[in-house]
Amino acid sequence: MLDTKHIKSNFPILKTKSNGYSLVYLDNASTTQKPKAVIESISNFYRKDNANVHRGVYSLSEQATAKYEEAKEKVVRFIGAKDAKEIIFTKNATEGLNLLAFSLGKTFLKKGDVVLVSGGEHHSNLVPWQLASQIFGFTVEAVKMTVEGRWDLGDFQNKIKTLPVKIVSVAHASNSSGVIHPVEKIVPWIREKKALLILDGAQSVPHMPVSVARLGCDFLVFSGHKMLGPTGIGVVWGKKDLLLQMEPYQGGGGMIREVHLTESTWADVPERFEAGTPPIAEAVALGVAVDYLSAIGMGAVFEHEKQLTEYALGEIQKISGVEIYGPMDMISRGGIISFGIRGVHPHDIATICDTFGIAIRAGHHCSQSMMGVWKTEATARVSFYIYNTEKDVDELIKAIGKVKRVFQIKN
Amino acid sequence: MDLYHQNIIDHYKTPSNYGEMKGYSLVRAEYNPTCGDRLVLYMKLDENRVVDVSFTGSGCAISMAAASMLTEVIKGKTIEEVLDISKEGILEMLCTSINAGRLKCALLAWTGVREMLKP
Repeated sequence: MLDTKHIKSNFPILKTKSNGYSLVYLDNASTTQKPKAVIESISNFYRKDNANVHRGVYSLSEQATAKYEEAKEKVVRFIGAKDAKEIIFTKNATEGLNLLAFSLGKTFLKKGDVVLVSGGEHHSNLVPWQLASQIFGFTVEAVKMTVEGRWDLGDFQNKIKTLPVKIVSVAHASNSSGVIHPVEKIVPWIREKKALLILDGAQSVPHMPVSVARLGCDFLVFSGHKMLGPTGIGVVWGKKDLLLQMEPYQGGGGMIREVHLTESTWADVPERFEAGTPPIAEAVALGVAVDYLSAIGMGAVFEHEKQLTEYALGEIQKISGVEIYGPMDMISRGGIISFGIRGVHPHDIATICDTFGIAIRAGHHCSQSMMGVWKTEATARVSFYIYNTEKDVDELIKAIGKVKRVFQIKN
Repeated sequence: MDLYHQNIIDHYKTPSNYGEMKGYSLVRAEYNPTCGDRLVLYMKLDENRVVDVSFTGSGCAISMAAASMLTEVIKGKTIEEVLDISKEGILEMLCTSINAGRLKCALLAWTGVREMLKP
């Protein structure tokens, strides 16, 4: 396990109280807490380095630009790619997926083409495709999910083979079941079909070693705030030869080569996809978050969460009346557990946990299709990160006991 | 007061006026997308009076208990009297403190009833 005592001391918010109890933060799939280094980097940027990027000829602007570009260098190395020109900074993973849906839709898709997603996607990898399909005329199809929350690989292969699939856009790891999907299985089918693969890495990049070179995807999208970074910064990585062919997503300053009153030409990549002043301080802070995670090592991060998840799964399964949605075992899964208590709505579970200072998520986790597979409206969800401990799990287990007492659940 | 006091739990576990109604005058479905609470409200009117009311649905303890209590309160009241019940009145009826995140749950049935009866 990681040295959580030391790690916790780097996170000011973890020293605070919530409802009179020490905060136990177990909603990391939603957003993570921020270490001092990240928090301070934002204030330091505005104190020492602030100017607009790619515009000024004065030294301060060059300094800000260098910091912004340095953040891209850090991010590109972090995901196993080489060329920082392949990194587009966005607002978050959602904006990244919107960018891809609209830009790829406009550039490559026509009526009759199919974009294949899975039945377990976060709404951010579903709704952008629905919106873009209304404009560009393609169709969205979904791969069936097993009750554990895994891809039905037979259905996956069949749909790729038989449908005119041009793009496959799927989560690398699920935000509801915790499953890490077997990307290596689908890549050969996608290559044979000459389709493109987009991976939504929002729940994988923060929690495990991710290398786009090894995964063999064409695009990877993720959010900064789910990996110790600030809100307002996300990443799209894309293969340069593809990015160069693609139409812009938004228009404005910074993304053009030449502008005339009725028409314009586009800048090179990645500037073509970064209209307007980008989130500069946020980008720099994301770079600091990447440094922080790299110093720990993503292998160690994954191992830490794995051990906590294994411990929590064991403890939760000891409690009668509690049901776990998603895999019960540790095969290809990350640090997310969805569960319910028979006879208690997940929102009531979360509210009672909150009275003990324990922050957990309750709801459909922006994946109503996955809730449909599980035949429930909502689940309670805990999700771990580097500062969580077995003691946090013990507190959660105590709170679940309290929930059962409040609702007089005997079994 | 504790959010989940005994009265709330009792109404959640054994709600009053729970079930479909035959021969209703009004019916309305309410859905709370943040929680997934679902309610169907039925009402029988005699001129200006709510002579019978019932509901079906599923959701959190707060939304279900609030629906149960509200149906008890409005049965027999005139439309004007029902529309006079304020948000604050619902919170008083629940006799508990509700944070902003759960307010929608507490007010789901009330919202539905108002939509059914408002002129």
